[in-house]
Amino acid sequence: MNALGAFLAGLVFGVGLLVSGMTDPGKVIGFLDLAGAWDPSLAFVMGGAVLVGLFAFGLAKKRARSFFGGAMHLPHNRDIDNRLVGGSLVFGIGWGLAGFCPGPALVSFAAGEEKAAIFVAAMLIGMLLYRGAERFIHEPRRQARHKA
Amino acid sequence: MSIDWSHFTPWSSLAGGLLIGVAAAMLVLLNGRVAGISGILGGLLAPRRGETAWRAAFLAGLFAAPLLMLLFGPSVDRRIDADFSVLAAAGLAVGIGTSYGSGCTSGHGVCGISRLSPRSLAATAAFMLAGMATVFVVRHLA
Repeated sequence: MNALGAFLAGLVFGVGLLVSGMTDPGKVIGFLDLAGAWDPSLAFVMGGAVLVGLFAFGLAKKRARSFFGGAMHLPHNRDIDNRLVGGSLVFGIGWGLAGFCPGPALVSFAAGEEKAAIFVAAMLIGMLLYRGAERFIHEPRRQARHKA
Repeated sequence: MSIDWSHFTPWSSLAGGLLIGVAAAMLVLLNGRVAGISGILGGLLAPRRGETAWRAAFLAGLFAAPLLMLLFGPSVDRRIDADFSVLAAAGLAVGIGTSYGSGCTSGHGVCGISRLSPRSLAATAAFMLAGMATVFVVRHLA
């Protein structure tokens, strides 16, 4: 049941991205290009998604368990720290360079777009680099601080 | 600023956005999970018990979407100006940035703002500003 629910959610998410036009990097860059010919479409995508999301997450916050009976995994971290802001700035630079963020890149890759495949491969390398850094740089430092 | 009326698609973008919201609603209400694509993908790179099946299933659904859309006609044109090196640099930045920032346009931008999370609002403001600054430099200065 859990896997089926997740599959259908992924399918609807992907269809939404395709219908919205966000799998066209030109539309994304058109939104980010305030100084050029501006395409406001992305704001309508976010607006539509958040409109439904407000109800869904409002309901989810009140529930102890999901409809399938599993635990609710909602984020608890509330810190606005350097990691969050720095990471998001780096993400934004990559987003502005290619016009791809993770969802549309994966959908475009699945649609057979070769340029999306290059982007996705590099994105996976980036995620693995982070995991390596966590394991060999950040985590040992944290442990050293605890010992000291 | 001038509006690019030839590419502006208010209705289909709003419809697609509503579908994305429905998908996020399904995942959180049925599975109790946040629909953040970078997090779902990243979690598969370091598999843990009970954390793999739903992630793989969600991504399988995401991958099936373009196939489903083929039934309704030809796919939309993609305008991708970036060449190999720009795509590689951009992908690397997105992979590293979303990992440190714990999310992307879906996790922070859609789900986080829907949760009214100040943290996600800050993240969204940061990647929007960085994206706008980058496009300004690439399109108007470089």
